[in-house]
Amino acid sequence: MNKYKIKAFGVTKDLLGGRDTMIEIRGTTVGELRQELSERFPELLDLKSLFIAVNNDYADDDLVLKPTDEIALIPPVSGG
Amino acid sequence: MIKITEKHIDVQKVIDTASSLAAGAVDVFIGTVRNTAHGKNVVWLEYEAYETMAVAEIRKIIDEASHRWPLLGWAVSHRIGTLRPGEVSVAIAVSTPHRKDSFEACQFIIDSVKEKVPIWKKEVFEDGEEWVSARPEMAMKA
Repeated sequence: MNKYKIKAFGVTKDLLGGRDTMIEIRGTTVGELRQELSERFPELLDLKSLFIAVNNDYADDDLVLKPTDEIALIPPVSGG
Repeated sequence: MIKITEKHIDVQKVIDTASSLAAGAVDVFIGTVRNTAHGKNVVWLEYEAYETMAVAEIRKIIDEASHRWPLLGWAVSHRIGTLRPGEVSVAIAVSTPHRKDSFEACQFIIDSVKEKVPIWKKEVFEDGEEWVSARPEMAMKA
C-alpha cells in the first residue's frame, strides 16, 4: 500500500472532513487515487468536476505519484 | 504584482503598479460581491485559495497574456476570507500602448482567473450556505 497526504479545498474540504487527509491506496497513479477517493467519499462524484493537482499543477490521471508530492483536490473553481 | 490577500484591496495601488509612462491605456477590472444569488440575500461570502498554486496559475495567465498583447504593466490582486456585499473581491489592471489591447488583455485575464485559478467562494445566506458552482444545478439544494 502507498500512503499519500491529500489537501482538500472548497467543497471537498467539507466532504473529506478537513484540509488534510492521509490516504492509503494500492496503486501509484493520480487515476488510481481518484478511484479510491470516489469509493471512500462517493459524494465527490456529484461534483461538476474534480481535478487533482500535483506540486501546484493540474495533473493527468496517468501521472505517477511520489510519497513527497504535494497533492490537492480541486473542485470547480469559483474565484473572481 | 500577484497578490492573494485577506486585507482590503487597494485598487489605486493595483492601478499604479500596472501603469507605465509608455502606456496610452490602463484598463481595470474590479470584481465586487453581489448582494443576491439564486433569488436570496447574500449575507457574506467566504473565499479560500490554494495560495501557492493560485499564484502559479495567475503567473501562467499573465505569461500567456504577455505573449498575445503588448503589456507594459499589470497587477492582479484577489481577496480571500470573509467579504460582505459591495466589497472588492478582485482587482486587475493592465497597461498597453493603445486601448484595444488593454480591454482585450484585461478581459482575457479575468476570464482565465475565473476558469483556472484555484480559488473558491461559499455563499452564506440567512438560511444556509453553498459552495458556488460546485454541483450541477439539479443537485443543488432549493
